[in-house]
Amino acid sequence: MIETKKLVKRFGLKTILRGVDFSVEPGEFVALLGPNGAGKTTFLRILASLSRPSLGSVKVAGYSLPNESAQVRAKLGVVSHMPLLYPDLTAEENLQFYARMYGITNSGPRITEVLGMVGLENRRRDLVRTFSRGMQQRLAIGRAVIHDPEVMLFDEPYTGLDQDASEMLDEVLKSVAAKGRTVVMTSHDLARAEDLATRFDILSRGIIAASATQKDVQKTNLLSFYKQALVD
Amino acid sequence: MTDTTKTTSLEKQPMEYRPSFFKATMAIVQKDLSAEFRSRELLSAMLVFSMLVILIFNFALELDIKVRQSVTAGVLWTTFAFAGTLGLNRSMAVEKDRGCMDGLLLAPVDRSAIFFGKAISNLAFMLIVEAIVLPLYALLYNEVRIFQPSFLGVILLGSIGYIAVGTLLSAMSVQTRTRDVLLPILLFPVAVPVLLASVKASGGLLNNATFAEILVPLNLLIVYDVIFIAVAFMVFDFVVEE
Repeated sequence: MIETKKLVKRFGLKTILRGVDFSVEPGEFVALLGPNGAGKTTFLRILASLSRPSLGSVKVAGYSLPNESAQVRAKLGVVSHMPLLYPDLTAEENLQFYARMYGITNSGPRITEVLGMVGLENRRRDLVRTFSRGMQQRLAIGRAVIHDPEVMLFDEPYTGLDQDASEMLDEVLKSVAAKGRTVVMTSHDLARAEDLATRFDILSRGIIAASATQKDVQKTNLLSFYKQALVD
Repeated sequence: MTDTTKTTSLEKQPMEYRPSFFKATMAIVQKDLSAEFRSRELLSAMLVFSMLVILIFNFALELDIKVRQSVTAGVLWTTFAFAGTLGLNRSMAVEKDRGCMDGLLLAPVDRSAIFFGKAISNLAFMLIVEAIVLPLYALLYNEVRIFQPSFLGVILLGSIGYIAVGTLLSAMSVQTRTRDVLLPILLFPVAVPVLLASVKASGGLLNNATFAEILVPLNLLIVYDVIFIAVAFMVFDFVVEE
């Protein structure tokens, strides 16, 4: 579903990604872990067609980037630590706007379904600026799944959330993944990543330094695997 | 057929959702107008600023009626240009500050639809401000000739050109830390032809010039509008992509 080969990204003289080979099968939930500055966000922005690769090939849902970026974007849902929502619109108006941007006709039933999934049906007519950070993040997930994408990218979705909000987000993420979607999530929260993901890839110094499945990690634990990968 | 070919053809099934260019453009316009009419942040800033400029000119230039009539076009276009810059900056900053620009860029639509959506809403805000400022100017400067249709037509043409180039440049400047300062520095030199032509054409109309006399600035305005809309259409995708 996702495949990158020898992916390189440079900003001026600085090389962020140094030939990343990465692939994800349909239905897999991959946690992309790594220290700050490893290139996780840059990598996700390339997969989301928000940034052009300097070298290498990228394929998402069978389409090549950057040449077929509109086709890729139609199959993609992205959640970052920013909500990508308009504070002066209501929850419903935000979803209506994004539904129109994805060409969804008769979006009413779909919006009701999505608001129910993220537990915000009672706040549908409230302005987003009155929402807590956790509620905004749940609505951001609703925004990202409004067009029922096959691939979901989450860039540190837990940033700035308290414990309760994080637990609610866990449930929403599980329901998103339970629909058979392919998910790639970056996170610094190893415990949550261990609970949600089926595979763990460590991105360090611009390359995938190690990869392990949930089964592999159960033998030791994710923290020691992560530390070992960074040392190696 | 090989396995690889089979997989590819299965993956490339027809997509369910693809918006039309026009619908995506209008969705952005409607979103911007709804958000602005609720918050009134951008319009109130532009209006207060415009009124202050008109008032300051009114008190600073203690002119007789004849000279006052000759500066009308200059005073009005100075006001519109400064207020427009304020609006352009704010309109794009709203998209950038909460990451909403990424939300727009993620939509499966030609990215020039984003430019046209933002440009049309920016133009609407500028025209609203102009519709309020012109009567105020007429009242303070005792100048009613500014309501003639040809004068309003020149204001529309000038505003279109200014907003077209301004929307494109604000999409560039908003990505920098010094966006508030950078936009006027980038915009005013590029917008000089449209501002000069607008002042010439509107000044000519107020001074009862013949149509032949204002034809050159009028043509320049039309050509400028067409060129900058076409340039923005072609380069907007590269401007917003990393």
